[in-house]
Amino acid sequence: MEKGKLQEYWKINLGYLIGLLVVWFVVSYGFGILFVNQLNAIQLGGFKLGFWFAQQGSIYVFVILIFVYVALMNKLDKKFDVRED
Amino acid sequence: MDVQMWTYTIVGITFLIYIAIAVWAKAGSTKEFYVAGGGVPPVLNGMATAADWMSAASFISMAGLISFMGYDGSVYLMGWTGGYVLLALLLAPYLRKFGKFTVPDFVGDRYYSNAARTVAIICAIFVSFTYVAGQMRGVGVVFSRFLEVDINTGIIIGMCIVFFYAVLGGMKGITYTQVAQFCVLIFAYLVPAIFLSIQIANNPIPQIGFGGAGADGIPLLEKLDMLHKDLGFAAYTSGSKPMIDVFAITFALMVGTAGLPHVIVRFFTVPKVRDARISAGWALIFIALLYTTAPAIATFARLNLIDTVSNKSYEELPNWFKKWENTGLLAWMDKNGDGLIQYTGKNIGGGDAFEGSKPAFTKETGAHGEPLLSNKPNDNSNELYIDKDIMVLANPEIGGLPDWVIALVAAGGLAAALSTAAGLLLVISTSIAHDLVKKQLNPNISEKSELLFARVAVAVAIVIAGYFGINPPGFVAEVVAFAFGLAAASFFPVIILGIFSKRMNKEGAIAGMLVGLIFTAAYIVNFKFLNPGMNKPEFWFMGVSPEGIGTIGMLINFAVSYVVSRFTPAPPQEIQDLVDSLRYPKGAGEAVEH
Repeated sequence: MEKGKLQEYWKINLGYLIGLLVVWFVVSYGFGILFVNQLNAIQLGGFKLGFWFAQQGSIYVFVILIFVYVALMNKLDKKFDVRED
Repeated sequence: MDVQMWTYTIVGITFLIYIAIAVWAKAGSTKEFYVAGGGVPPVLNGMATAADWMSAASFISMAGLISFMGYDGSVYLMGWTGGYVLLALLLAPYLRKFGKFTVPDFVGDRYYSNAARTVAIICAIFVSFTYVAGQMRGVGVVFSRFLEVDINTGIIIGMCIVFFYAVLGGMKGITYTQVAQFCVLIFAYLVPAIFLSIQIANNPIPQIGFGGAGADGIPLLEKLDMLHKDLGFAAYTSGSKPMIDVFAITFALMVGTAGLPHVIVRFFTVPKVRDARISAGWALIFIALLYTTAPAIATFARLNLIDTVSNKSYEELPNWFKKWENTGLLAWMDKNGDGLIQYTGKNIGGGDAFEGSKPAFTKETGAHGEPLLSNKPNDNSNELYIDKDIMVLANPEIGGLPDWVIALVAAGGLAAALSTAAGLLLVISTSIAHDLVKKQLNPNISEKSELLFARVAVAVAIVIAGYFGINPPGFVAEVVAFAFGLAAASFFPVIILGIFSKRMNKEGAIAGMLVGLIFTAAYIVNFKFLNPGMNKPEFWFMGVSPEGIGTIGMLINFAVSYVVSRFTPAPPQEIQDLVDSLRYPKGAGEAVEH
């Protein structure tokens, strides 16, 4: 692949990574640890919200993040014609 | 059939399945032996990865740990799942594109240096042995508790089984066996959890059930917080660790997970780069099944336990209490002689019931029929000793579940321990046969002799691991911090920089790895072995415990690598081209012989 195209592909990939990792950080370290006390003031059913993020919610979001990344990259691979056959 | 018969039957059937798979999946080439021929479908690879990842500790101990730590136990839940996001986004696809067999392969080639390769080999072997000794011990424990054979006999049986399918099948045999083992272990974990959730919260889904309310209408977690307060324990949903330490431990476990060689190697076994991405996703789904159930079990078990024992008379306790007393996982010392069990925490003058880490029974019985202890009592009001492992192991009995469920838990524990042990043993054997012999000592070795070497190396590794299982060094629990800390401080930064920084050169990588490793190792050795008395928050660096210090080690590694690489020559052009080629999928080919 030509160099300019490769750089563009890589830049878009890095953009996805940064966006998804920000979410990764916010749900686990943000909601589950740093702001856990503030969020615990909110109830989600029988759960305190911060506690729920630390023991349940963050894990669900992790799973979603990977599948979002997979979908984004599959699309990007096709667009730049670097998808393996 | 009684429990014993059920256990023999179910464990026997699962073992036959594992052996049948091993015979079917015999490895014929080094490529099949190291990376299963690179042709494992992503969903199956995800299952195998999940079984490989979830060890005896995840299966037996984790729910119990959370049960006692409450909110603080979240470090394990987030730490051991969040790493898969890093793997899928930052490591797996690029390493798959690189297309060799091992992590030291990557480090050695990317940093054009056999010194870097050697450091990586040593780390990989050390981390894997640390881990595998614990697995063998887990096999022995499950055998001895459920089949009533001696722990050592149990370990030897486990060794023979692993020997058979790892030596014969290599990665191919291990991968397909792990798929079967995953099914066994997840079924064994979920069945009792669902039963308990229906009993306690009237909801068949444990993940939702533990946020529900019991028969009295009070939300379970609220009730648990109140009980904890009354009994003098830290509130269940808020915990007691300092926030910075929770942060650092979670982070160290996440990047450690992403840096563990036996996890990374799983992504060399799929056919394509996009398969590597999605198989990390499948792996995390399968792992999340267990990891989101664990906190529910923790809550149910904690409530059940407090309900059953606190301030109850010993003579009226259910049978399971006495049965598990025999295994040394429970003990009661009637310090005030009232015949009631006082279970209290530090906040109202409780604490450890007696001196020593394990109960020592005298074989005599006391006034209420309880086995007496020779431990010296501590001067506080708590009378109960509980091992955390009991929360999962005794769950079916506490919930009054049928015998076959108890047998299932035994089979599940064995599946968890065996699958992890096999994966680790393969990393050790590959490091020796491929990274050391083929790549460094004797590059002209034929494929056939390399394969023979790999098989012999697995066999030797099993014997050594078994030896450590039978004669466990007293520090098995302590070295777990080591495995994650070292992986976080060495492999993770060196691989990330190798992919994301073209300018990173061998000088920077080696300096970073060494400084990160030495700092982390020195910190852990200091607090865990040399000065265990000083292992308290006021002495810790920035309030970070030895469990979380890998986070700091990783940051130091990044910083040192960056600075050193800026003052030394850029890597050669062909290495920069190699990095470019890692960054897009097309032309990945298969994992290649080289």
